[in-house]
Amino acid sequence: MPTETQISKPPSRTQAITDTAFRALCQGFTWLVAVIAVIIVLKIVLAALPAVRQYGLGFLSGQVWDPNKKLYSILPEIWGTLYSSVLALIFGTAFGVAAALFLAEGFTADAVFALLKIVNLQFHPFWGKLPVQVENLLSNLIELLAAIPSVVYGLWGLFVIIPLVRPACHWLHADLGWIPLFGTDLSGPGMLPAVIVLSIMILPTITAIGRGALLAVPTRLRMAAYGLGATRWEAIFAVTLPTASRGIFGGIVLAFGRALGETMALAMLVGNANVISVSLFSPANTLAALLANAFPEASPKDVGVLMYAATVLLVITLLVNVAGAYIVQFTASELEGEKV
Amino acid sequence: MRIPGWPFAAAVLVATVGMISCQRAGPSKESADVRLQGSGASFPFPIYSKWFKVYSEAHQNVEIDYQSTGSGSGVKSFIDKTVDFAASDKAMTPAEIGRVAAGVQLLPLTAGTIVLTYNVPGVKELKLSREAYAGIFLGKVKKWNDPAIVKTNPGVNLPGSVINVVVRADSSGTTFVFTQHLSAISKEFAASPGKNDMPAWPVGTRSKGNEGVTASVQTTPGSIGYIEFGYAMSQKMPMAQLENKSGQFITASTASGQAALATVSLPENLIAWVPDPTAKDAYPIATFTWLLCYKKNPDPRKAEVLRDLASYILTDGQKESEALGYLPLPDAVATKVKAAVQNIQ
Repeated sequence: MPTETQISKPPSRTQAITDTAFRALCQGFTWLVAVIAVIIVLKIVLAALPAVRQYGLGFLSGQVWDPNKKLYSILPEIWGTLYSSVLALIFGTAFGVAAALFLAEGFTADAVFALLKIVNLQFHPFWGKLPVQVENLLSNLIELLAAIPSVVYGLWGLFVIIPLVRPACHWLHADLGWIPLFGTDLSGPGMLPAVIVLSIMILPTITAIGRGALLAVPTRLRMAAYGLGATRWEAIFAVTLPTASRGIFGGIVLAFGRALGETMALAMLVGNANVISVSLFSPANTLAALLANAFPEASPKDVGVLMYAATVLLVITLLVNVAGAYIVQFTASELEGEKV
Repeated sequence: MRIPGWPFAAAVLVATVGMISCQRAGPSKESADVRLQGSGASFPFPIYSKWFKVYSEAHQNVEIDYQSTGSGSGVKSFIDKTVDFAASDKAMTPAEIGRVAAGVQLLPLTAGTIVLTYNVPGVKELKLSREAYAGIFLGKVKKWNDPAIVKTNPGVNLPGSVINVVVRADSSGTTFVFTQHLSAISKEFAASPGKNDMPAWPVGTRSKGNEGVTASVQTTPGSIGYIEFGYAMSQKMPMAQLENKSGQFITASTASGQAALATVSLPENLIAWVPDPTAKDAYPIATFTWLLCYKKNPDPRKAEVLRDLASYILTDGQKESEALGYLPLPDAVATKVKAAVQNIQ
């Protein structure tokens, strides 16, 4: 028997050098990412400084954007950014978590299995694999939504969603117009089409991360719940979901970040009007859409103002991410309960 | 089955090298000794790209690269000298011209009109008086059966629905020219919102780009919006007849657009606007669009190509304009611009 195996040998010179070099490379790249982020923020803030000095905090509280009068303020855009993102997050979370549950908890597989059972193929070497494959196919399809370019979503919203929702919006406004949510009529682009498209855009993030988190819940936990007499739904709501909550919340925070920064689809769908309204059918504006619309023809003076708006968007995104991280920490430890 | 490794890899290698060398041997790459970079206005982009393509095909040693980034950023890159030429719908302001040490030669190479497209079920033809369309974009004329519209459209069954005004959301030369015209015909519009490429419209939903406005008008009954003539033509959108300065209702066409430009006499710097043409058969909203060149170019070969390119555009190139919805330059204008081309050195 050889006394020295591959594992027990001390690392050779080459191995040691490659090892150190690799570590240095990784460290270098990590720092590079951090440095690039800092440079981007610095550049934007520096370009924004003259406008910040000139317009001050009034920029955040006014409602007028009139280049001819040199009046600039972005309260409607801040409102529109948050309102559209929160609404999209509500829809996106409801559908996204439901889809994740459906795909991770074997509902799809069960349905396909039941179908196969009718034709007695459920243990067939080829057809027997179908339940798992259908599940994978569906989750891949949902993830495919993330690969569709934003401008395609925008066009789809213009030509499909708006004509589709218009009759319902007219009816809601005519009959239930006293509810502030339906206070105005939909005239083409507006908040609702933007929110619908935005929630579809953030759905894959929530579903993919949620499904991953649900699949990571140890089987013995579920088995234990069943063993204590829980039904399937009781097991899901009392055991699986709380255990996976940290991952699911993480996905939701990521999705919120994406919704805040989404640009092209919203620029095409939101109506770009400087209006603050809770009505779902009113046109609105978002910070990212304002930037996309105003940049191409902006004069050097306007660029400072737009950089100020970009800084505000950066700060909002940062705050949301920090707040999200805290919420994830607290709720998750609450829901998961005491760790033994 | 096992794919024989080496022969297969060799074949792939040979094919790849072959493809690369074929590309390299292509006319434009290997022998392109003059390469022009330009950027700017998106309004004339279709016609420019057509001209540049035809010209590069005829001249194997020239490659022209144009990016439609918008007039504002075109002027910006022109001042920063990151391009060989630029394009702008707003020409350049004297202050901007002053910042270019090498001197600026502006060349109006083509012109276009802006039309009002609408979607009113059952209405095939629409005549809008100046009072009516200025009122619509000021938010004063609110319904389709407003007296201002009814008066000029006897016998047309106009609905009592609200007018859905669609304007451009993004800053654009098209909006600049359109608001310039509205400011010329309405004192109230001139006071507020006034001419700008992204003004504070008092009314309307905003859509991005010509395509966005077209989509909004197409899908929303009761809408009206402004788009470029070429775009409306290719999309077969209905266009309203507009009242011009002499009280005639004019349909947008090559002839009526040219009539609007025919009365212009270009000053020395070749910057002239026609915010409200006076000719009897002139369509009211027409404009030139400019190519920006340096008077002193660091590379004499580039200057030579630019001169040659401009001469081609001013002669044979003008024949391409009409098919794409642009206006061929009136002869008087073309002659004057041809003379100015010689200033590019």
